Amino acid sequence: MAGTTIIPTRMVLNQLKGRLRTARRGHKLLKDKRDELMRQFMDVVKLNKQLRTRVEEGLTEAFASLQVASSIMSPEMLEQALLYPRQSVELDMKFKNIMSVNVPVYSFTTKNNDPTEIYPYGFAQTSGELDDALEHMAKVFEDMLELAQVEKTMQLLAEEIEKTRRRVNALEYVMIPDLESNIKYITMKLEENENATKVRLLKVKEMVLQEAHNYK
Amino acid sequence: MGFKALGLDCFPAEDSAEAGKILRTLTRESDEEYAIIYIEETFAEQLKGEINKFKDSPSPAIILIPGREGSTGQGLQALKAAVERAVGTNILGD
Repeated sequence: MAGTTIIPTRMVLNQLKGRLRTARRGHKLLKDKRDELMRQFMDVVKLNKQLRTRVEEGLTEAFASLQVASSIMSPEMLEQALLYPRQSVELDMKFKNIMSVNVPVYSFTTKNNDPTEIYPYGFAQTSGELDDALEHMAKVFEDMLELAQVEKTMQLLAEEIEKTRRRVNALEYVMIPDLESNIKYITMKLEENENATKVRLLKVKEMVLQEAHNYK
Repeated sequence: MGFKALGLDCFPAEDSAEAGKILRTLTRESDEEYAIIYIEETFAEQLKGEINKFKDSPSPAIILIPGREGSTGQGLQALKAAVERAVGTNILGD
């Protein structure tokens, strides 16, 4: 680590080695996590794309038939027909855990289970086109709900992947190289010290021998 | 308007300013009452900042749907943005 001074002792060396081991392990785990997230993400993206195209098509169709209905019926009548819904939707949200990302799972219950019960009006004063429009909408609504779930999942996964990717990169390109260079520095410093001690000992031995035998 | 018949709550808005006001009320004041909010693409254009704020929170999900005028491709744009964010580049190839 540039800037911070490290004390070249055996204890620090051991600590650094431990940290390097942890960092390597973490790096491997995070990399696996990222790869798996990515795999899931790609599936979700594919699904999302399909659903979105389907929903957009369905909605365009539904709006078109609603347009037809509103041109046949008077606006007041149309409004009156749709004023009070017979159907009501309860949305239930649960969370599912994908690789530690909490993604919502929606399930909805309609008050009326009969699919023909969506028409909140009598048939006498409304046109058949309105029925068509509502049928279209009811059909597309299920896809819309799934789209909501898939899209949210996708956004949350994207965020998590971004985070994980950053962590992996930080470990790979900053943490691990730093630790390695520090370890190398300490090992070299320790070797140098050892050499210095050895040389000093040799020198002392020589001096002692000289003293004992008195030769020059 | 037709969604009302399906049992959804509808909040009609004339322009994006009004839509923004409704969006804020729905997300802030009604405490988690709405888990999914569908908003028309034409309004979403101006409300990008507001919508992006909820991208990373699990609830509510704000989903763009095409309006009466048909799809503007904004929904797919959001998908591409998410991919770009996760992968770093656009790998969908379009």
